[in-house]
Amino acid sequence: MKLLVCVSKTPDTTTKISFANNDTEFNTQGVQYIMNPYDEWYALVRALELKEAAGGTVTTINVGPAANDTVIRKGLAIGADDAIRVDAPENCSTYYVAKQIAEQAKAGGYDVVFFGKETIDYNGAQIGAMVAEMLDMPFISYATKMDVAGNTATISRDIEGGQEVVEVDTPFAISAAKGLAEQRIPNMRGIMMAKRKPLNVVPPVDVTEKVSVASYALPPAKKECHYIDAEDMDKLVELLHSEAKVI
Amino acid sequence: MILVYTSSPEGQLKKSAFEAVTYGYKAAQAMGTEVVALTIGNVDNAGVLGQYGASKVLNAAGADSFDSGVHAAVIAKVAEQVGASVVVMPDDSTGKSLLGRVAVRLDAGAVSGVKSLPDTSAGFAVKKNVFSGKAIVDFNISSDKKVLSIAGNTFPPEVVGGDVAVEAAGVDVPASRVRVKEVNTVKGTVPLPEAELVVSAGRGMKDPGNWGIIDELAGHLGATTACSRPVADVGWRPHHEHVGQTGVAIRPNLYIAIGISGAIQHLAGVNQSKTIVVINKDPEAPFFKAADYGIVGDLFEVVPRLNEAIKKFKAAN
Ligand SMILES: Cc1cc2nc3c(=O)[nH]c(=O)nc-3n(C[C@H](O)[C@H](O)[C@H](O)COP(=O)(O)OP(=O)(O)OC[C@H]3O[C@@H](n4cnc5c(N)ncnc54)[C@H](O)[C@@H]3O)c2cc1C
Repeated sequence: MKLLVCVSKTPDTTTKISFANNDTEFNTQGVQYIMNPYDEWYALVRALELKEAAGGTVTTINVGPAANDTVIRKGLAIGADDAIRVDAPENCSTYYVAKQIAEQAKAGGYDVVFFGKETIDYNGAQIGAMVAEMLDMPFISYATKMDVAGNTATISRDIEGGQEVVEVDTPFAISAAKGLAEQRIPNMRGIMMAKRKPLNVVPPVDVTEKVSVASYALPPAKKECHYIDAEDMDKLVELLHSEAKVI
Repeated sequence: MILVYTSSPEGQLKKSAFEAVTYGYKAAQAMGTEVVALTIGNVDNAGVLGQYGASKVLNAAGADSFDSGVHAAVIAKVAEQVGASVVVMPDDSTGKSLLGRVAVRLDAGAVSGVKSLPDTSAGFAVKKNVFSGKAIVDFNISSDKKVLSIAGNTFPPEVVGGDVAVEAAGVDVPASRVRVKEVNTVKGTVPLPEAELVVSAGRGMKDPGNWGIIDELAGHLGATTACSRPVADVGWRPHHEHVGQTGVAIRPNLYIAIGISGAIQHLAGVNQSKTIVVINKDPEAPFFKAADYGIVGDLFEVVPRLNEAIKKFKAAN
């Protein structure tokens, strides 16, 4: 099978967040980037497992500047065969990214296009659905288990308050949630080999942006913690009832 | 016109549906227009959406199982039919699976997890939380049509009218390419993303056999239970209880964290809770910085005491 895995970079959760240019831009100075965990731990690893079981190729795709190559090389070190980077500026919209991925996916004729369920910075969860629509493919979101026999996949997915099992034929798009695979740590051999694997840089197609960032703000400061004597739980119950009004 | 799509798992409208219609109604009032609500498949009592401000309720029959492709096609067709400039849906797993598809179909700009009414003073701007709640971004949507999914537990449902008659949407429902084999939902408890009260415990519990006091507390409150990631990873608790950056993100009215240190990845999934109570024996635990109420003490003493206090309170109220 020909598998495409979309990988994005995201600031590490422990990063300090600040803004530039009159609060209209995210300040990337000193930000530590990682591969989005849903892309790396679940989507990429499940794609590799399918390839190992039944043959085929695993290609990763990223839309962004050359600085993203570190994250892309990590994907190659974990085991992807080759990578595509659509050369684009840092802060493009989800629609812009989806359009670039759809163009490349169309040209490549992939059987399955993998996404993480969302990125952990903007939590948009939009790109998978957008690409699926652009490619007119079924989209199976929040997948926690995926088995493939011939051209048919059986997939468990998270739904409100439970799980659903669906069957779908290739080609289709899927978004990965926790459970789809187990994280793999790249080994030395993988890291060495990754340096020689193809990373193809391609130009973007033109897109008219529909959504832009007007400004960023920090959330209002949290008020001080109100400490309550561990002996006096009646007091806590009283405060939850009359002050916080939650019980 | 504003079109609100309301998801209806197993034919039931949930709070998220009423929240979405309430949001649509408020936005429509500000923009001088009306709300049409759309349900898809077999839905019980959809006319009730009128109470939250829908002037019309449409139903598209013939798509009882969920397929994002089919649902998006129906929503986009109805949006065109009623001349909707804004499409609103809940930010649940259904809404998030649809938002991008509907946006592409309508050539619309989309924002998910919206937490403010649209500001139309100069264009069309909405806010959402980003970077695990460490920042708020104001997005401007410049396209003619807009698609929004609304953050849960942010716009409380408000009754503003009465039931309305449900009309057929009158659109073709395309054939599905996804075959649903099984649907398994947890019965009897409120699923975590919808829960208003959550009792959560972590590694401080020491042993899975100690969870009795947690279940008792959740039982007294009518709360849903959650846990930290390491506890789910070692199999002490089921995976669907894992909250945080890599688990479920929740924003209940009350989150009680017991024996959880408050690592940033954990906070990422719970720091939008309206009220946070932290019970931890370590006064330096980082969770206290995010807490509204803190109790420094041994959970094996504090939680049974809290159970007694709540029992007493419930008996008196
Ligand atoms: C990329 C990444 C993603 C992650 N995602 C998540 C996530 O989604 N969710 C998540 O939860 N974690 C996540 N983690 C893990 C996170 O960093 C923490 O390791 C984890 O949250 C710690 O769990 P804990 O608080 O239960 O355990 P600990 O950190 O071990 O804390 C236990 C706490 O219990 C207290 N305690 C012990 N005994 C008692 C007692 N008798 N009475 C009262 N208090 C007691 C201790 O003081 C301590 O504060 C992630 C980590 C990484 C690197």
